[in-house]
Amino acid sequence: MTAKLGSAFPNRRSVLGGMAAGSGLLAAAGAFPGFVQAQSSAPIKLGFQLHRTGIGASYGRWYQRTTQAALKLLNETGGINGRPVEVVFEDDGTDPARGAEVVGKLATQHGCDAIFGPLFSHVVIGSAPRAGELKIPYLVCSEGYHVASGMLNRWTLQPGITDVKAQVRAMAPWVTANLGKKVTMIFPDYAFGHDHRDFFTQAVKEQGGEVIAHLAIPPTETSFTRYMPQIPAETEVLYHVMVGPAVLTFVKELGEFYGNGPRPEIFGFIDSLEAVNLASPGLEFLEGTHFWEGHCRNQQPDASVDETFYRAAVGVDATGASLADARDISTYSHMFSTWETLFVIKAGMEAAGYQGPKDRQSFVEAIEAMTTLPASRAHPQGDKIFNGKTHQVFGHQSISKVTGGQLMRVYQTSIAQGQYPDAVDYTQQSF
Amino acid sequence: MAFGPFLLLALMEGLVTAAVLALTALGLSLVFGVMRVVNVAHGAFFMLGAVGAWFVTEWVGNPPALGFALALVICPLAVGAIAALANGLVLKRLNYDPEATIVATIGLLYIFQQMALTLYGPDARPVPAPFSFRVQLPWFGYSGYKLAVIGAAAVVLAGVWLVLNRSKIGLVMRATQIDREMAQAFGINVDRVYAGVFAMGAGLAAVAAVLIVPIQQAHYLMGGDPLLLSFIVVIIGGLGSLRGTLVAALLIGLSDGVISVFFSPTLAKIIATLLVALVLVFRPQGLFGRQVTR
Repeated sequence: MTAKLGSAFPNRRSVLGGMAAGSGLLAAAGAFPGFVQAQSSAPIKLGFQLHRTGIGASYGRWYQRTTQAALKLLNETGGINGRPVEVVFEDDGTDPARGAEVVGKLATQHGCDAIFGPLFSHVVIGSAPRAGELKIPYLVCSEGYHVASGMLNRWTLQPGITDVKAQVRAMAPWVTANLGKKVTMIFPDYAFGHDHRDFFTQAVKEQGGEVIAHLAIPPTETSFTRYMPQIPAETEVLYHVMVGPAVLTFVKELGEFYGNGPRPEIFGFIDSLEAVNLASPGLEFLEGTHFWEGHCRNQQPDASVDETFYRAAVGVDATGASLADARDISTYSHMFSTWETLFVIKAGMEAAGYQGPKDRQSFVEAIEAMTTLPASRAHPQGDKIFNGKTHQVFGHQSISKVTGGQLMRVYQTSIAQGQYPDAVDYTQQSF
Repeated sequence: MAFGPFLLLALMEGLVTAAVLALTALGLSLVFGVMRVVNVAHGAFFMLGAVGAWFVTEWVGNPPALGFALALVICPLAVGAIAALANGLVLKRLNYDPEATIVATIGLLYIFQQMALTLYGPDARPVPAPFSFRVQLPWFGYSGYKLAVIGAAAVVLAGVWLVLNRSKIGLVMRATQIDREMAQAFGINVDRVYAGVFAMGAGLAAVAAVLIVPIQQAHYLMGGDPLLLSFIVVIIGGLGSLRGTLVAALLIGLSDGVISVFFSPTLAKIIATLLVALVLVFRPQGLFGRQVTR
């Protein structure tokens, strides 16, 4: 289409002729000749599969804000290959069936060049096959092991956030060495939780510890007290990870259950408290417990310049709350992934000399060729290593302790601690 | 944990479920019994009650007990008013045709859900409990508020029973339930009774929601589970039978508590649904329902 418009670059007669022929398209082109002339300066359009509603809504709100902040920076600093970038946000209701539809809509109706942004693993697993059919790059921010396991396809990549398998492997040695060796796990009963169950259990075993009980909780559950008696009394470490709208209830009921009586050490994934204020009534018992954080919610004393810049750009204060509303707590440990993914897209498209959808394949190949991603404004969470074969990125993880109501980092893993042998080589698969 | 305290916790959890469920299911049962309307929007009224409680407590601020007490009064009235309006605008115009009202209440469900999504947003928000003390038992701690929920629900249930059996309003409602045309012939304004019953049914769901929301948080999708469980209870107890509803709510609530503590909550739901299937096959009118011969 653009070629046709280019060749029709107007003299007055041809425009009039075109209009007389009733071509609305040509008329529009005649009215805005600037776009016609510079066909390669048309905006690059990226689709964002957003959990605006449904159980992922609090993540969605912050994923959108983070992406908009990243987009602003991206466009201020020259866009991609000098072209401006647009992001089309489309709600998937945190639902896998709708997720696949959204992928289709973004690709065909909006004509996006690539799609990114989904977090919840069931949505990713439900949508990735559709992206593969449409042959559109699909960059997920989901933490799930489903990318690196080989379950998905060559069009699906995860360059923005470390997967669960690497996260838990990196942290297990610290947990068993510092908190205890007999672990009980509480996790949501779907793909994401199963990754935790499988890989943390294995990692603890490798450290000479043992997971003595698994408590799988349906992700739509609203009441949790009934599960807690199943925590064996000899538990030394209680490992919890929970998602969805009921996370605050879960943690509160955990507090009610243990109260001021004796309790095991508690190690949680911050997912259990993303978008939740640590100062909420009923959470006092969390003082002294530990959390995994992908990106420290409370600004740490040694925060890098890039980290501080990112925090301000997204509009988050030093405690992780929105600058506009102190009660609006961010999903700080996860949302950096959308920011970093957008800049990976920039790097990939520039390396591939991306012009339009025909270059999608070379764009994927350009990302597969990436290896080290140094800490920078584009990667405020820290440096990372990308594995082109498994389409998975690896970064540093933090373990924080609740101290005076603040999450203070007590340990940071190295990248190598999380890495594991490849289970797939996507580069050998056809497009 | 030893068996004794384990069972105690299971029963306490079960009683909380049963108390809230009895209120919700009673509303559903009442609407069906009197109006012969299968109200699929019942869960949405429950949700509106919880969301309303958030708005009221947010508006009042401190002390939380005052906001909660106000919510307990305002929300059921407001939800009841919305229900009466929906009745007048939609159900009445369909002449309470059973099939049409099912579809219409499904529509209402979506309208209320989207309304909440638009005005309240997609997040789960906590509502502070009016008081927070923990009962520290020797084996585990338990929320004092949950125990209060059981008591409050019992009081409301007793009140409803009194209204239905000892007041003129109850008499009129029962008369309408037994024979609508005869009631009309005796000068009962059936339209007004229907509006009142629909409002009362929704109001009961809202009371249940206000009671549970400090435990569960308010969320626009929270109506699904109460709706399903209420249907289970009402079918097992017998549609339209209040006694049956209460017994079934206790049965489902306690078995849900015990089975989910000892085995898994999923199994509890499976068994409850299986029970519904068995009741439908062997005793379609429900445990306490009467055969409808008309």
